[in-house]
Amino acid sequence: MAYYLIRRLLMAIPVMGLIALIVFLLLRLTPGDPAQAIAGDQATPEQIAAIRDSLGLDAPLMSQFVTWTGNMLRGDFGYSLISQRPVLEMIGQRVGPTLALATVAMILTVVISIPLGILAARRHGQLLDRFVMSLSVIGFSVPIFVIGYVLIGIFAVNLKWFPVQGYKPLADGLWPFLHRIFLPGLALSSIYIALVSRMTRAAMLEVLREDYVRTARAKGLSERVVLFRHALRNAAIPILTVVGTGFAMMISGVVVTETVFNVPGLGRLVVDAVLARDYPLIQAIILLTAGTYVVINLLIDISYAMTDPRIRYQ
Amino acid sequence: MTITGLRALGMAAMAACWMQAVPALAETELNVVMQAPLRTLDPHLSTAQIVRTHGFMVFDTLLGMDADYKPQPQMADYAVSDDGLTYTFTLRDGLKWHDGSDVTAEDCVASLKRWAANDAAGKTMMDYVASIEATSDKVLVLTLAQPFGHVLELLAKPSPVPPFMMPKRLAETPSGEQVTDMIGSGPFKFVAEEYRPGDQAVYVKNDDYVPRSEPMSWTAGGKVVNVDKVVWKAMPDMQTSINALQSGDVDLIEQVAIDLLPLLQMNDEVEYGVLNPLGIQVTGRFNHRLPPFDNADVRRAAMYALDQEQLMQTAIGDPEYYTLCVSAYGCEVPLASDAGAEYLTGSADERMAKAKELLAGSGYDGTPVLMMQPTDLTILSTQPIVAAERLREAGFTVEVASMDWATLQSRKNGWQPVAEGGWNMLFTYWGVTGIWNPLVHALLDGSGSDTAWAGWPVSPEIEALRKEYLVSGDLEDQKRIASEIQSIAYDQGFYFNAGEAQTVAAWTKGIADLQPGPIMLFWGVTKPE
Repeated sequence: MAYYLIRRLLMAIPVMGLIALIVFLLLRLTPGDPAQAIAGDQATPEQIAAIRDSLGLDAPLMSQFVTWTGNMLRGDFGYSLISQRPVLEMIGQRVGPTLALATVAMILTVVISIPLGILAARRHGQLLDRFVMSLSVIGFSVPIFVIGYVLIGIFAVNLKWFPVQGYKPLADGLWPFLHRIFLPGLALSSIYIALVSRMTRAAMLEVLREDYVRTARAKGLSERVVLFRHALRNAAIPILTVVGTGFAMMISGVVVTETVFNVPGLGRLVVDAVLARDYPLIQAIILLTAGTYVVINLLIDISYAMTDPRIRYQ
Repeated sequence: MTITGLRALGMAAMAACWMQAVPALAETELNVVMQAPLRTLDPHLSTAQIVRTHGFMVFDTLLGMDADYKPQPQMADYAVSDDGLTYTFTLRDGLKWHDGSDVTAEDCVASLKRWAANDAAGKTMMDYVASIEATSDKVLVLTLAQPFGHVLELLAKPSPVPPFMMPKRLAETPSGEQVTDMIGSGPFKFVAEEYRPGDQAVYVKNDDYVPRSEPMSWTAGGKVVNVDKVVWKAMPDMQTSINALQSGDVDLIEQVAIDLLPLLQMNDEVEYGVLNPLGIQVTGRFNHRLPPFDNADVRRAAMYALDQEQLMQTAIGDPEYYTLCVSAYGCEVPLASDAGAEYLTGSADERMAKAKELLAGSGYDGTPVLMMQPTDLTILSTQPIVAAERLREAGFTVEVASMDWATLQSRKNGWQPVAEGGWNMLFTYWGVTGIWNPLVHALLDGSGSDTAWAGWPVSPEIEALRKEYLVSGDLEDQKRIASEIQSIAYDQGFYFNAGEAQTVAAWTKGIADLQPGPIMLFWGVTKPE
């Protein structure tokens, strides 16, 4: 297993290097100028040129790339061109809300969707199954921003149970944290609840038809043991895959939820950075997101072995 | 535990509860959704309105401008020599930087030099200046080499970029490099630890600030701060901002989307109004260097074809919040004029007939007009589509190129042929403070210089008049010159003035004494505890 882990981590290095190069070049090929974003619309070309010069944007591309990668390998992701703040500090300020939002959304997803999927499989073809499947269709079809506005309209504006917007870190207390994160978490989880409940249902249906399940029932085991110990454990691999990749997708794709609920997370930061052509910030966020995917994929693979002892990595 | 012990424990718990219930001195915190996120901090380097508003929170200016467009003493009193060539500024007592050190005349000299190096109008002024020197800790003297009629006006201007004063060590930052250490002498202090670029900026009352004794008027007079803390929040979604205002999460929205105003009109707990009486001017700019707009008759035909009413309807919608103002300088300013208005007024049908006639006789050969359309800026995303239709009706071939605002901004600075990434026409808008006289109005630059704002029109007549304007110190004379410049600029088709729009702010009931001004002002405002 240790050998496998080291091999996988080493394989990630060229992948990350390639991503760094592609992102760097793509950003330079995209029209737009960070100096213009700093100077504003009314600035003259002369003012913009002075800012470009001070930011080193006129240096040859190769020299810019070598400097950037060299600094990055030393752990220095540079400074934002726009705000002149350290990129890692800016990401550090914003990563907390996004991680918290993704975690809450994933907890809600797992807690709601897996039981729903199991129940739907158990009651296959019955009213409950149809109800769960209808819910999942709604979850897939209705955009997150619509679900967000509906939740805000009902629970924040009318019932006043939750605040309309904003974020409080866990350090401010569990209640303030949950009070503000619940609605955005629920909105974000909607699509994943739909996805995971469908996936769970399908995987469970497949497993429930297997001989070993029939044998378990024939042995007189209780339905609970059959479902959770025999069936769910064997159906877990596709579910884990969806949950794991879903978590990575949440981290990188929470822009809409963060915007609707005004959560100051990474999603809004990256949109801002793209609009302002803040190259070092965009590069760092994309690299970190790619790194997150690599790590999460690795964790998913490890979890396969933990849930299914037949799987061994050499 | 004994009964006595239990009683003691109970009393201790009650005391603890009581201590929690009695608040420390209540702090009034004003939560505001600003019109744009604050991403950069240096108010000398950026022309963006949000950075200017931030500048007026943290920094102060030697002079302020009042609601009558008159420069007034602010950090300094001033005296002008009889020949109009020497300006002596004396700093008032008690001025301190936010780090506790005294404001000196040397700091102000360095600040003026840095401002002038970054501001186009300041740079023009420096061509007329012989020297700026500190003659003591409190006195600085500006000496002109030749007459220049706008020194006081420029030192008081709230237009981009105001001459903010900063400590010498910051003012000596190399050209083009940003100052990020926010040490000013203004009425608020910037809280660096709570700043999240693009999301939140926090300011606290500067207790050391001594306001002037005169009444508040725009950026002049006594800047009396009545709240302890102002928090600027960036909310990219307008619906979220309105929900937050209605639920009390925020106290004020600087600019509400006009089409969402009906939502607020239904709420008795919310008030709204126009705080900036000057508003914005929407403009369609022609690229004079490329065909077909290198031909004056083609530009004139395009001006006739375009229709103010239609464009403002498209951009703003509610006629209560726009005016078909024809003045190049804005309609509420001293230099307002209707010279050359025939290019902008008349019925849409009459105008179209004139456009067709002019275009037919102009020699226009069907060269396509590439019009840039920013898709991510609501106020400017629709005009190009409407304008393109009108131009097509007049006989133009038009292509609308959709792009994001950052791409448009960068593309507008290039003057290569359209096939190589150039452009023919774009729409943008200007705060009236940025165009209210020929000195600051970038679209009236007739030098054709590579360093001028995009479009590069050439008009020696206008350049001569602009030079005349620089020297003139008499308002009536300035009005005459400004009017002539406007008339020629319209006749030459410098740009199409699409009209003026108001920005509407909204706030919760109880917020009072909001100050009208050329930008959002946070002194004077009160919030109930």
